[in-house]
Amino acid sequence: MTTTTKNRKIEKIPQENILDNASKISIKEMDIWYGAFHAIKEVSMKINPNTVTAFIGPSGCGKSTFLRLFNRMNDYIESFHFDGKIKIDGKNIYGKKTNIEELRKKVGMVFQKPNPFPKSIFENVAYGLRIQGIKDKKIIAERVENSLKQVALWEEVKNDLKKSALALSGGQQQRLCIARTLAVQPSVILMDEPTSALDPISTASIEDLIFKLKEKYTIIIVTHNMQQASRISDYTAFFYMGNLVEYNKTELIFTKPEKKQTENYISGKFG
Amino acid sequence: MKLKEKIIELILQFFASITILTTVGIIAVLLFESITFFRSVSIIDFFTDTQWTPLYSEKHFGILALVSGTVLTSVIAISVALPIGLTIAIYLNMYASKEFKKTLKPFLEILAAVPTVVYGFFALSIVTPFLQSIYPNLETFNSLSAGIVMGIMIIPFVSSLSEDALSAVPKSLKEASFGMGATKFQTAFKVMVPAASSGITVSVILAISRAIGETMIVAIAAGQQATFTFNPTVPIQTITSYIVQVSMGDAPQGSIEYRTIFAAGLTLFVFTFILNSFSFYIKKKYQEKYE
Amino acid sequence: MNNLQKNKLIDNAFKTIGILFTYLGILILAILLYKIIAAGSSRINWDFLTSLPSRKPEKAGIYTAILGTLDLMMLTIIISIPIGIGAGIYLEEYAKKTKLTTLLEINIANLAGVPSIIYGLLGLGIFVRFFNFGGSILSGALTLSLLILPIIIVATREAIKAVPSSLKEASFALGATKWQTIQKVVLPSSFGGILTGIILAMSRAIGETAPLIVVGAMAYVPFVPHSVFDTFSVLPMQIFTWTTRPKAGFAIAASGAIIILLILTFVMNGVAVYFRNKWQKKLGN
Repeated sequence: MTTTTKNRKIEKIPQENILDNASKISIKEMDIWYGAFHAIKEVSMKINPNTVTAFIGPSGCGKSTFLRLFNRMNDYIESFHFDGKIKIDGKNIYGKKTNIEELRKKVGMVFQKPNPFPKSIFENVAYGLRIQGIKDKKIIAERVENSLKQVALWEEVKNDLKKSALALSGGQQQRLCIARTLAVQPSVILMDEPTSALDPISTASIEDLIFKLKEKYTIIIVTHNMQQASRISDYTAFFYMGNLVEYNKTELIFTKPEKKQTENYISGKFG
Repeated sequence: MKLKEKIIELILQFFASITILTTVGIIAVLLFESITFFRSVSIIDFFTDTQWTPLYSEKHFGILALVSGTVLTSVIAISVALPIGLTIAIYLNMYASKEFKKTLKPFLEILAAVPTVVYGFFALSIVTPFLQSIYPNLETFNSLSAGIVMGIMIIPFVSSLSEDALSAVPKSLKEASFGMGATKFQTAFKVMVPAASSGITVSVILAISRAIGETMIVAIAAGQQATFTFNPTVPIQTITSYIVQVSMGDAPQGSIEYRTIFAAGLTLFVFTFILNSFSFYIKKKYQEKYE
Repeated sequence: MNNLQKNKLIDNAFKTIGILFTYLGILILAILLYKIIAAGSSRINWDFLTSLPSRKPEKAGIYTAILGTLDLMMLTIIISIPIGIGAGIYLEEYAKKTKLTTLLEINIANLAGVPSIIYGLLGLGIFVRFFNFGGSILSGALTLSLLILPIIIVATREAIKAVPSSLKEASFALGATKWQTIQKVVLPSSFGGILTGIILAMSRAIGETAPLIVVGAMAYVPFVPHSVFDTFSVLPMQIFTWTTRPKAGFAIAASGAIIILLILTFVMNGVAVYFRNKWQKKLGN
């Protein structure tokens, strides 16, 4: 218990200084458990709109668990429970009136491994629209095209829209999955190590894409790759053993970390 | 939207609960008719009398006569299926190539897919005459032929379940035995079979359960004479073939003949239930061991 | 002979026995098929398929038995598929890990081991007598449906289990509800496996005799059934009654009917294996 109290002190970062806009997401004193395992310990943070925020930390530090809180993907795990508040656009997303499906339309997610449906390229992107009950073929076709253009996949696949998405390369599949998310027109996109299964060239193209998407979306990305975090993110949060150790502007985290643990991690002494 | 989701879940839940209703229904039907049956027949007679003659004018209700027939055919079936099925399982697991296993599997599956009425025909019109050519005193209806064919039917069952059990044994055990210079035969019987014994036991118990519940082979080939005997060459009757015999006739509802099939059915259900539960228990324990 | 040679000898002897036993099954199957085809093939012609049963073995046909089998299978499919798949979906996707769920699972495993004739007694007590459907096609189909339900449920669960959870997550993350995800992602991806299970269940049902005898399938049905409340006969039932007749001609007729039944059974199994292989390949990608 004493260590937790100590850590709680560490977490208190003067967030007002680093957040210059009204926050898009705010989390207050969040604890997460899986059964008896305390996965996230009293984390508080705010995230600005139209920024890229990177969550870094060694595996098992709780960063993916924390990310899945934002679109309630943890709901399906029976042993999951939490204590704390999380608001997106000022609304409590775990409130009684929250419609999970609505929330997930607003908060999109891209996963670690590309996971296209075993359907055609077109149907993959159209999926989110069809489940909303949109039937107008023109609207669907338009949105599919726009989404594929946003991820720079349109030119590569425009003649093969009916082909199975499984025939695409890994990098193309991941861009397709991003397009699928964009088609639903979210305002937040969660990315759970989106390039960890990809080759360096595909990774670079996804990173470029993330940089561009920032103009329209708020992006939170979990990554193992510290170079990636420093290249693409505006803010970086370092997690360790369920604690948010340090959260600051990316350049500050990587040049002048305040905490010894952060410094050790980014300099590769552990992890 | 929320309501629709909830309704769908309730419908699916209802579908799943039909399986519970089935079990409840089986027990209720068997108990209900049996209780009425035991109002007119003493339970002690039921379990101790060795004559079963509900269809004759002088009625006896000794289930032992049917149980002996059931046990006799099942014992014959298992003595055919166990050595052959287990040998096939060991051969496939230890000796045969992967390709051979792959080509053979569909054949064993076909053997398991042949309807039992066809096996019954096979027993009566092919196996019995063949056995009679060796042993002329064998009667036309007998438990030997029915039991052997039933055993053949169960072979794929024993071999595939036992093979699964052998495959589940950690490879390291097999390699350790080979590493000490053991032959495949020694490894099979000194290491693999003991290590897979619970899985093999499960396959045998399930095979027994299959055998005592099997109906058509015995109804066609074993005869319709409820005799308390363990002689495999004479006609006998099993619990299942008795139920068939009554059903083929027209026992009026509410008559004592009609009720006997439920009392006989209850006896059969209790036997198979105990065997199935026992195998389930062993399986549970054995899964824990490997996890 | 030293120990080493002795061990080698035993090893080889066992291997030979293993090969013999393994081929024994195929040999028996070959004898069975040969004898039945030799006896029954002379009866396989258009008349045999389109004639009514008769007291004269050489005139008897399997028309009503085949139609009865088809009607019974159709009705069984209609009843058992939605229930079986629905129950499988419930157990795999909805049911929480409670004691009730464990009970459901143990119960299904147990039902799969209940002898088919017991299902006949259930059908007799519930459908024939209690609901008063009589010895009708409906009673037979309901009984067979309950009998094959465990097979369909288990196959559905296995097939759903094989759908990668990443696909379900992708669907949820796009705002799909649970049912939308099941309908549009889970079921299409598990279709091959479920179909295999259904066909295998049907091939089991088509050969069932004992429960239908108990429920009241007829040995002799000289007319074509018109409604689900009509009495009926089925192919295995016809085979059974012909087998028990003393006249030699009936054994030949039975062989003919067995050929037809085996063709139906083997074709169904073949189709099931085909779908299974195709589906497993698709999943492998």
